Amino acid sequence: MSMKSSTRQVDGVTIVDLSGRITLGEGSVVLRDTVRDLLSKGQKKILLNLGDVNYIDSSGIGELVSAFTTAKNQGGELKLLNLTKKVHDLLQITKLYTVFDVKDDEAVAVKSFSK
Amino acid sequence: MSADRVSYTLDSTLETVNNAEETAGRMAADAGFDEEEIMKISMAVREAAVNAVLHGNAYDPSKKVTLAFERTENDLVIVIRDQGKGLDPGKIPDPLAPDNLMKTSGRGIFLIRSFMDVVEIHPSQTGTELRMIKHVHGNPADPKEAPQ
Repeated sequence: MSMKSSTRQVDGVTIVDLSGRITLGEGSVVLRDTVRDLLSKGQKKILLNLGDVNYIDSSGIGELVSAFTTAKNQGGELKLLNLTKKVHDLLQITKLYTVFDVKDDEAVAVKSFSK
Repeated sequence: MSADRVSYTLDSTLETVNNAEETAGRMAADAGFDEEEIMKISMAVREAAVNAVLHGNAYDPSKKVTLAFERTENDLVIVIRDQGKGLDPGKIPDPLAPDNLMKTSGRGIFLIRSFMDVVEIHPSQTGTELRMIKHVHGNPADPKEAPQ
Protein backbone atom coordinates (compact mmCIF):
# COMPACT_ATOMS: atom_id res chain seq x y z
CA MET A 1 0.00 0.00 0.00
CA SER A 2 1.34 3.42 -0.90
CA MET A 3 1.10 6.42 1.38
CA LYS A 4 -1.86 8.75 1.80
CA SER A 5 -1.75 12.17 3.34
CA SER A 6 -4.45 14.56 4.51
CA THR A 7 -4.20 17.75 6.53
CA ARG A 8 -6.42 19.50 9.07
CA GLN A 9 -6.07 22.57 11.24
CA VAL A 10 -6.38 22.53 15.03
CA ASP A 11 -5.68 25.73 17.01
CA GLY A 12 -3.15 27.01 14.50
CA VAL A 13 -1.38 23.69 14.15
CA THR A 14 -1.47 21.75 10.90
CA ILE A 15 -1.96 18.08 11.60
CA VAL A 16 -0.89 15.81 8.76
CA ASP A 17 -2.54 12.41 8.96
CA LEU A 18 -0.36 9.92 7.15
CA SER A 19 -1.18 6.31 6.38
CA GLY A 20 0.60 3.51 4.58
CA ARG A 21 4.31 3.20 3.91
CA ILE A 22 6.99 5.87 3.93
CA THR A 23 9.54 4.26 1.68
CA LEU A 24 11.84 5.11 -1.19
CA GLY A 25 9.73 6.38 -4.06
CA GLU A 26 6.13 7.49 -3.76
CA GLY A 27 5.83 7.47 0.04
CA SER A 28 8.87 9.65 0.60
CA VAL A 29 7.83 12.02 -2.19
CA VAL A 30 4.34 12.48 -0.74
CA LEU A 31 5.78 13.37 2.66
CA ARG A 32 8.36 15.75 1.16
CA ASP A 33 5.84 17.53 -1.05
CA THR A 34 3.29 17.83 1.75
CA VAL A 35 5.73 19.43 4.20
CA ARG A 36 7.22 21.76 1.59
CA ASP A 37 3.74 22.83 0.48
CA LEU A 38 2.71 23.63 4.06
CA LEU A 39 5.88 25.63 4.74
CA SER A 40 5.48 27.57 1.49
CA LYS A 41 1.99 28.58 2.65
CA GLY A 42 3.36 29.80 5.95
CA GLN A 43 1.93 26.89 7.93
CA LYS A 44 4.95 26.30 10.11
CA LYS A 45 3.50 24.38 13.05
CA ILE A 46 3.34 20.86 11.72
CA LEU A 47 2.30 17.71 13.56
CA LEU A 48 2.86 14.51 11.61
CA ASN A 49 0.38 11.88 12.75
CA LEU A 50 2.09 8.56 12.02
CA GLY A 51 -0.52 6.41 13.75
CA ASP A 52 -1.44 4.63 10.52
CA VAL A 53 2.08 4.42 9.12
CA ASN A 54 2.81 0.72 9.29
CA TYR A 55 6.19 0.68 7.57
CA ILE A 56 9.12 3.00 7.05
CA ASP A 57 12.51 2.29 5.49
CA SER A 58 15.82 4.14 5.67
CA SER A 59 14.68 6.50 2.90
CA GLY A 60 11.56 7.28 4.90
CA ILE A 61 13.63 7.92 8.01
CA GLY A 62 15.78 10.26 5.94
CA GLU A 63 12.65 12.04 4.74
CA LEU A 64 11.48 12.57 8.32
CA VAL A 65 14.89 14.04 9.17
CA SER A 66 14.71 16.25 6.10
CA ALA A 67 11.21 17.46 6.99
CA PHE A 68 12.28 18.23 10.56
CA THR A 69 15.37 20.13 9.43
CA THR A 70 13.56 22.00 6.66
CA ALA A 71 10.82 23.15 9.03
CA LYS A 72 13.34 24.22 11.65
CA ASN A 73 15.46 26.13 9.13
CA GLN A 74 12.36 28.07 8.08
CA GLY A 75 11.51 29.03 11.65
CA GLY A 76 8.91 26.31 12.02
CA GLU A 77 8.31 23.37 14.29
CA LEU A 78 7.68 19.78 13.24
CA LYS A 79 6.63 17.14 15.74
CA LEU A 80 5.63 13.49 15.52
CA LEU A 81 2.43 11.96 16.89
CA ASN A 82 1.27 8.39 17.56
CA LEU A 83 4.27 6.33 16.51
CA THR A 84 3.56 2.68 15.78
CA LYS A 85 5.87 0.19 17.49
CA LYS A 86 7.79 -0.43 14.27
CA VAL A 87 8.45 3.25 13.68
CA HIS A 88 9.21 3.82 17.36
CA ASP A 89 11.76 0.98 17.37
CA LEU A 90 13.41 2.26 14.20
CA LEU A 91 13.79 5.76 15.62
CA GLN A 92 15.24 4.24 18.78
CA ILE A 93 17.93 2.17 17.07
CA THR A 94 18.88 5.06 14.79
CA LYS A 95 19.10 7.32 17.87
CA LEU A 96 16.60 9.74 16.35
CA TYR A 97 13.88 9.24 18.93
CA THR A 98 15.33 11.92 21.19
CA VAL A 99 15.98 14.25 18.26
CA PHE A 100 12.33 14.43 17.30
CA ASP A 101 9.68 15.81 19.61
CA VAL A 102 7.42 12.76 19.86
CA LYS A 103 3.92 12.93 21.33
CA ASP A 104 1.23 10.31 21.92
CA ASP A 105 -1.73 12.59 22.70
CA GLU A 106 -3.04 14.91 20.01
CA ALA A 107 -4.45 17.59 22.32
CA VAL A 108 -1.25 17.71 24.37
CA ALA A 109 0.79 17.80 21.18
CA VAL A 110 -1.19 20.74 19.77
CA LYS A 111 -0.80 22.72 23.00
CA SER A 112 2.95 22.06 23.05
CA PHE A 113 3.59 24.24 19.99
CA SER A 114 4.86 27.72 20.75
CA LYS A 115 2.21 30.43 20.54
CA MET B 1 17.61 -31.67 5.81
CA SER B 2 18.75 -30.75 2.34
CA ALA B 3 19.37 -27.16 1.38
CA ASP B 4 16.81 -25.30 -0.73
CA ARG B 5 18.10 -22.52 -2.94
CA VAL B 6 16.35 -20.11 -5.27
CA SER B 7 17.80 -17.14 -7.15
CA TYR B 8 16.45 -14.27 -9.22
CA THR B 9 18.00 -11.94 -11.78
CA LEU B 10 16.38 -8.55 -11.54
CA ASP B 11 16.40 -5.21 -13.33
CA SER B 12 17.85 -2.11 -11.69
CA THR B 13 14.49 -0.58 -10.90
CA LEU B 14 12.42 0.54 -7.94
CA GLU B 15 10.07 -2.34 -8.70
CA THR B 16 12.95 -4.72 -7.99
CA VAL B 17 13.30 -3.21 -4.51
CA ASN B 18 9.64 -3.87 -3.74
CA ASN B 19 9.74 -7.36 -5.26
CA ALA B 20 12.87 -8.27 -3.30
CA GLU B 21 11.22 -7.17 -0.07
CA GLU B 22 8.04 -9.15 -0.77
CA THR B 23 9.97 -12.24 -1.79
CA ALA B 24 12.11 -12.04 1.34
CA GLY B 25 8.98 -11.84 3.45
CA ARG B 26 7.60 -15.00 1.85
CA MET B 27 10.90 -16.84 2.22
CA ALA B 28 11.20 -15.83 5.85
CA ALA B 29 7.63 -16.94 6.55
CA ASP B 30 8.28 -20.29 4.84
CA ALA B 31 11.39 -20.70 6.99
CA GLY B 32 9.26 -20.37 10.11
CA PHE B 33 10.27 -16.95 11.40
CA ASP B 34 7.78 -15.01 13.49
CA GLU B 35 6.16 -11.77 12.34
CA GLU B 36 8.76 -9.47 13.87
CA GLU B 37 11.67 -11.45 12.42
CA ILE B 38 9.95 -11.54 9.02
CA MET B 39 9.70 -7.75 9.11
CA LYS B 40 13.39 -7.44 9.97
CA ILE B 41 14.49 -9.84 7.25
CA SER B 42 12.31 -8.26 4.57
CA MET B 43 13.49 -4.81 5.57
CA ALA B 44 17.14 -5.88 5.48
CA VAL B 45 16.62 -7.25 1.99
CA ARG B 46 14.80 -4.07 0.95
CA GLU B 47 17.72 -1.95 2.15
CA ALA B 48 20.20 -4.24 0.39
CA ALA B 49 18.17 -4.01 -2.81
CA VAL B 50 18.06 -0.21 -2.54
CA ASN B 51 21.84 -0.17 -2.24
CA ALA B 52 22.22 -2.49 -5.23
CA VAL B 53 19.79 -0.66 -7.49
CA LEU B 54 20.61 2.94 -6.54
CA HIS B 55 24.16 3.05 -5.29
CA GLY B 56 25.54 -0.02 -7.06
CA ASN B 57 23.93 -0.12 -10.46
CA ALA B 58 22.69 3.49 -10.36
CA TYR B 59 19.46 2.49 -12.18
CA ASP B 60 21.58 1.44 -15.21
CA PRO B 61 19.23 -0.71 -17.33
CA SER B 62 22.17 -2.73 -18.66
CA LYS B 63 23.12 -3.85 -15.15
CA LYS B 64 21.33 -6.54 -13.20
CA VAL B 65 20.79 -7.39 -9.56
CA THR B 66 20.92 -11.01 -8.49
CA LEU B 67 19.12 -12.11 -5.36
CA ALA B 68 19.48 -15.58 -3.89
CA PHE B 69 17.89 -17.28 -0.90
CA GLU B 70 19.23 -20.48 0.60
CA ARG B 71 17.54 -22.36 3.40
CA THR B 72 19.96 -24.53 5.32
CA GLU B 73 19.31 -26.56 8.42
CA ASN B 74 19.99 -23.66 10.76
CA ASP B 75 19.97 -20.55 8.62
CA LEU B 76 18.28 -18.46 6.01
CA VAL B 77 21.14 -17.20 3.83
CA ILE B 78 20.46 -14.29 1.50
CA VAL B 79 22.93 -13.02 -1.09
CA ILE B 80 22.41 -9.93 -3.21
CA ARG B 81 24.84 -8.79 -5.89
CA ASP B 82 25.06 -5.73 -8.06
CA GLN B 83 27.29 -4.80 -10.99
CA GLY B 84 28.44 -1.44 -9.71
CA LYS B 85 31.82 -0.03 -8.79
CA GLY B 86 32.05 -1.91 -5.51
CA LEU B 87 31.15 -0.65 -2.06
CA ASP B 88 34.12 -0.12 0.27
CA PRO B 89 32.90 -1.25 3.73
CA GLY B 90 35.63 0.84 5.33
CA LYS B 91 34.12 4.02 3.92
CA ILE B 92 30.61 3.51 5.24
CA PRO B 93 30.00 6.33 7.74
CA ASP B 94 28.57 5.58 11.17
CA PRO B 95 25.01 6.99 11.09
CA LEU B 96 24.99 7.20 14.89
CA ALA B 97 27.97 9.56 15.01
CA PRO B 98 26.88 13.03 16.15
CA ASP B 99 27.96 14.60 12.86
CA ASN B 100 25.91 12.09 10.89
CA LEU B 101 22.80 11.82 13.05
CA MET B 102 20.81 14.39 11.08
CA LYS B 103 21.91 13.25 7.65
CA THR B 104 19.09 12.24 5.33
CA SER B 105 20.80 9.08 4.06
CA GLY B 106 23.40 6.50 5.05
CA ARG B 107 21.37 4.25 7.37
CA GLY B 108 20.78 1.26 5.06
CA ILE B 109 23.80 -0.88 5.94
CA PHE B 110 23.38 0.01 9.61
CA LEU B 111 19.80 -1.29 9.58
CA ILE B 112 20.85 -4.47 7.75
CA ARG B 113 23.49 -5.11 10.41
CA SER B 114 20.94 -4.41 13.14
CA PHE B 115 18.39 -6.86 11.76
CA MET B 116 20.52 -9.80 10.57
CA ASP B 117 22.78 -12.14 12.54
CA VAL B 118 25.70 -12.13 10.10
CA VAL B 119 26.46 -9.54 7.42
CA GLU B 120 29.37 -9.77 5.01
CA ILE B 121 30.20 -7.21 2.33
CA HIS B 122 32.39 -8.42 -0.51
CA PRO B 123 33.27 -5.62 -2.95
CA SER B 124 35.06 -6.27 -6.22
CA GLN B 125 35.73 -4.49 -9.51
CA THR B 126 32.65 -6.14 -10.96
CA GLY B 127 30.26 -5.17 -8.19
CA THR B 128 29.35 -5.76 -4.58
CA GLU B 129 28.10 -8.95 -2.99
CA LEU B 130 26.23 -8.59 0.27
CA ARG B 131 25.68 -11.83 2.19
CA MET B 132 23.25 -11.91 5.08
CA ILE B 133 22.37 -14.71 7.44
CA LYS B 134 19.49 -15.08 9.87
CA HIS B 135 19.57 -18.04 12.21
CA VAL B 136 16.33 -19.93 11.99
CA HIS B 137 16.12 -20.83 15.65
CA GLY B 138 18.02 -17.87 17.03
CA ASN B 139 21.23 -19.92 16.98
CA PRO B 140 23.83 -17.67 18.63
CA ALA B 141 26.80 -19.63 17.27
CA ASP B 142 27.95 -16.92 14.88
CA PRO B 143 29.16 -13.46 15.83
CA LYS B 144 27.03 -10.45 14.86
CA GLU B 145 29.27 -9.74 11.93
CA ALA B 146 31.82 -11.93 10.23
CA PRO B 147 35.29 -10.56 9.37
CA GLN B 148 35.49 -8.82 6.03
